[in-house]
Amino acid sequence: MSGPAQDWEENSPERLYVITGGRSGTSEQDALDLVTLVVSRSEPQPGAQPEHTAIVRMCHYPLSVAEISAYLRLPASAVTVLLADLLADGRVEARAPIPAASLPDAELLEAVMHGLQRL
Amino acid sequence: MDFKGSDTLPGPRCEDALPSSAAAAVKIVVVGGFGVGKTTLVGSVSEIRPLTTEETMTRAGVGVDDVAGVERKTETTVAMDFGRISIDERLVLYLFGTPGQERFWFLWNGLFDGALGAVVLVDTRRLEVSFDVIGRLEDRGVPFVVAVNTFPGAPRYPVEELRTALDLPDYVPLVECDARDRSSSRDVLMALMRYLHSLTVTPEPQ
Repeated sequence: MSGPAQDWEENSPERLYVITGGRSGTSEQDALDLVTLVVSRSEPQPGAQPEHTAIVRMCHYPLSVAEISAYLRLPASAVTVLLADLLADGRVEARAPIPAASLPDAELLEAVMHGLQRL
Repeated sequence: MDFKGSDTLPGPRCEDALPSSAAAAVKIVVVGGFGVGKTTLVGSVSEIRPLTTEETMTRAGVGVDDVAGVERKTETTVAMDFGRISIDERLVLYLFGTPGQERFWFLWNGLFDGALGAVVLVDTRRLEVSFDVIGRLEDRGVPFVVAVNTFPGAPRYPVEELRTALDLPDYVPLVECDARDRSSSRDVLMALMRYLHSLTVTPEPQ
């Protein structure tokens, strides 16, 4: 099940266009941050696009959008298109980042400091 | 499936997996010029080997790109290295290194949204990159600290002299660090966190 992308220059516009179906800038995508954690909710769908399958497999444990992008060697903007598909199908769930409204709250900062102190 | 000559499926090594309980993540951005030590700093505190995420600069951004030798290239890929620190069983901290030059600011939109704050990493031999970065962060309202990476052989200045040179307000923390050293890099992050914490009590002066 080798994809057509292998002979293409990595992340060429043509390759990304095919992988994402030419889509970008949807609202589902905008809700996904680089540090949104993604977790699989099911097994990959048989016959799914290889990139979709790869995401569902690698997200058995939580992974951020940035990590998925790194492991797939795809720009985060392309990954969010694929994730929007998987979210719509219920294949994965997204754990949204803590919204740092204008300023993060003291309790969150104290938790981070506590964690850093243990490094 | 063919993923760049790897026999294994793409994904983290077993030891790099987060626990299932990981429920939320926060991020800090480390920004500075090329070669200033962003990836070194990220790598010295990260629990995983730093990873790279790429973004493609659109046509619109190319007009401001003045890199010699890039002539008329319509696509420019910019890499951002990042690392991870598990804070506790539920909370994860990600650290992103991003270039400070103006032509890479297109990366900043998604990156700074929701970020706790930023570390401006400075090389005393090339202070000029930092001016623009500091101004830009102030404009965006992103709280930040400035960390001077002390390179062997680089000129050392008294901290107050650097503060003046960078036109840095008194309330912005300015610290020295050795980005290669884990505890020194950790202390930079702690300085940022303490500063952010102080802002929750006393709003940033204008």
